[in-house]
Amino acid sequence: MAVLVIAEHDNAALNDATRAVVTAAKGLGGDVHVLVAGSGAQAVADAAAKLDGVAKVLHAEADGFAKPTAEALEALVTPLMEEYDAVLAAATTTGKNFMPRVAAKLDVMQISDITAVEAPDTFVRPVYAGNAMMTVKSSDAKKVITVRPTTFEKVGDGGSAEMDDIGAASGPFKSEFVSEELSKSDRPELTSAKIVISGGRGMQSGENFHLLDTIADKLGAAVGASRAAVDAGFVPNDYQVGQTGKVVAPELYIAVGISGAIQHLAGMKDSKVIVAINKDEEAPIFQVADYGLVADLFSALPELAETL
Amino acid sequence: MKILVPVKRVVDYNVKVRVKPDQTGVDLANVKMSMNPFCEIAVEEAIRLKEKGVATEIIAVSVGPAQAQETIRTALAMGADRGILVQTDDTVEPLAVAKVLKAIVGEENPDIVLLGKQAIDDDSNQTGQMLAALLDWPQGTFASEVAIADGKANVTREVDGGLQTVALQLPAVITTDLRLNEPRYASLPNIMKAKRKPIDTKAPADYGVDTAPRLEVLKVTEPPKREAGIKVESVAELVAKLKDEAGVI
Repeated sequence: MAVLVIAEHDNAALNDATRAVVTAAKGLGGDVHVLVAGSGAQAVADAAAKLDGVAKVLHAEADGFAKPTAEALEALVTPLMEEYDAVLAAATTTGKNFMPRVAAKLDVMQISDITAVEAPDTFVRPVYAGNAMMTVKSSDAKKVITVRPTTFEKVGDGGSAEMDDIGAASGPFKSEFVSEELSKSDRPELTSAKIVISGGRGMQSGENFHLLDTIADKLGAAVGASRAAVDAGFVPNDYQVGQTGKVVAPELYIAVGISGAIQHLAGMKDSKVIVAINKDEEAPIFQVADYGLVADLFSALPELAETL
Repeated sequence: MKILVPVKRVVDYNVKVRVKPDQTGVDLANVKMSMNPFCEIAVEEAIRLKEKGVATEIIAVSVGPAQAQETIRTALAMGADRGILVQTDDTVEPLAVAKVLKAIVGEENPDIVLLGKQAIDDDSNQTGQMLAALLDWPQGTFASEVAIADGKANVTREVDGGLQTVALQLPAVITTDLRLNEPRYASLPNIMKAKRKPIDTKAPADYGVDTAPRLEVLKVTEPPKREAGIKVESVAELVAKLKDEAGVI
C-alpha cells in the first residue's frame, strides 16, 4: 500500500502544511510519495525529496500548473490513483478546491479536515464548527482525505527520496486562471506564524488596527481578526480566524477586543498560549485564555507596545 | 438562463449544539433549524442575477426530510420560482447529494448550479466540487464576486493569500463564500406568495441514486476543553508572565 501526498507550494517554496500532511499520511502505513505539480517548481520538488519518511517524489511540470485550476489538478491526480490506496492534501483553499473532484471521479466519499488518524480507515474530524468531534470509518477502497495541518506534527528533513518526472494531463479545460490579488505584507503568514495578534469588533475601526500592527512588528507576529471585525468591514476576509476563516495554532495567540464566539474559538483554541485583552470581564474568551487582562484596549495596546 | 440552487436544512447557526451522552451524534430534538447560511447567500446571488436580467428561472432543490420543504419555501419566499424536494429520512452524504443533483441537472439543464461552499453541520465542503466533477463542468468555489457575460462566468474566489479570479465556460458550478452578498429577508407578501409556488416531491430512487453512506460514524464526542487560566492586573505583569512563565516572547 502506498499513499500519495499532494504538495502545497507557490512554485518557489514548499508550504509547511505539507510537512503536517506527510505526518498524517504516515499514520495510514505504507510508502509515502509526494506529488509536486508546478511550473518552475524544481526547488519545491527538491525540498519534498528531503522530507523525512518520503520514499518518492512525483514531479509534474506544466505552464498550466503555475496557478492550477481544480480541473487541471483533478485530471492529473485521478489517473495516478490506480497506483495508490489513499491521497491526502492539506485542507487549504487549494486542497478543499480540487480534492472533492478527485473523490467524485473515484466514486468515494472524501473525509474532510481530519485532526487525527485512528487507524488506516478511521479518522477524527471536527463538525458543527468544532463543537463536536466525529470519528468516522471509511468503507471505500481508496481514501481521499484533507488534513487540518495545525493538528499534526510537521516532519523535518532527513530523507532522500527518488525523483520521478511525470507528464501533466493535457486539457483543454473549461476553466482558466485570470488573475490574483494577494495581500501584501512583510509579516509572516497567518497559518504559519509563531505569534498571532487578532482584533475583534472592540477595535471599533479599521484604522485602529495600526495599534495591533505596531505590536505585531515588534513580536514578528501575524495580524488576524474575528469574523465580527471582518463583517464590520474593518479588515479584509483573509485576516479572518475562525471556522469560516483560517484555523491557526501558534505558540502565542493574543485576542484583543474579541468576545470569543464559538466560531472564533474553533479557529484558535489549539494555540499553545492564549492571551485575552478585553474590557468586559464576562467575555467568553477569558474561559479559554491562559492569561486574561481586563482593560480598555486603547490604553493597554500602546502600553504593551511600549513595554515590548 | 436557468439557475439551480441546492439548499440544505441545518441547525440554526446561533444554536450551540450539544453532543449526546451516548456519543451517537448531536442532540437535534427541539432545536431551531434554518437554511444553511451559505445556501442563503447562493439563493440571494441567484435572485440578483435574475433581477439583473441574466437569469430567467431559479429552481431551489433540497435533499432531506419532509421538513426540508420549509427550507425550499424560504428560498421561494426570497424569490426562487419553484422547488424540488428529494425526500429521504436517511443521512445523505455529499457524494450521494452530488449524484442526485447531477440527475436533476440532466432533467432541468441549468446553465449554473449555485450553492453554498459548505454546510455548517457536517462542514464537509464537497458537494459543489463533486457535482462539477461528475458533470465534467468547471467550478468556481468560495466566490466573493460573480460576473456573467458572453457564455462565461468570471468568479473571484477567496483563497488563503487573498483573492483569485477564474474564468469558467458555462455551464458551471459556483459555490458561495461569506462576502458574496448579504441575503435579503423575505417580506410577508412574498412569504404568502411562496405558498402558491410549486414544489415537486421526489425520492433519491427516482433518480436511481443509492444513498447508502460510505462513512460509518463510530462516535461523536465533545472537543477537548481548555481550562481558563489566570487574570493579570497590568500590562507589565502580562509581559512578565509571557517572558518568564510561558517563555513565548
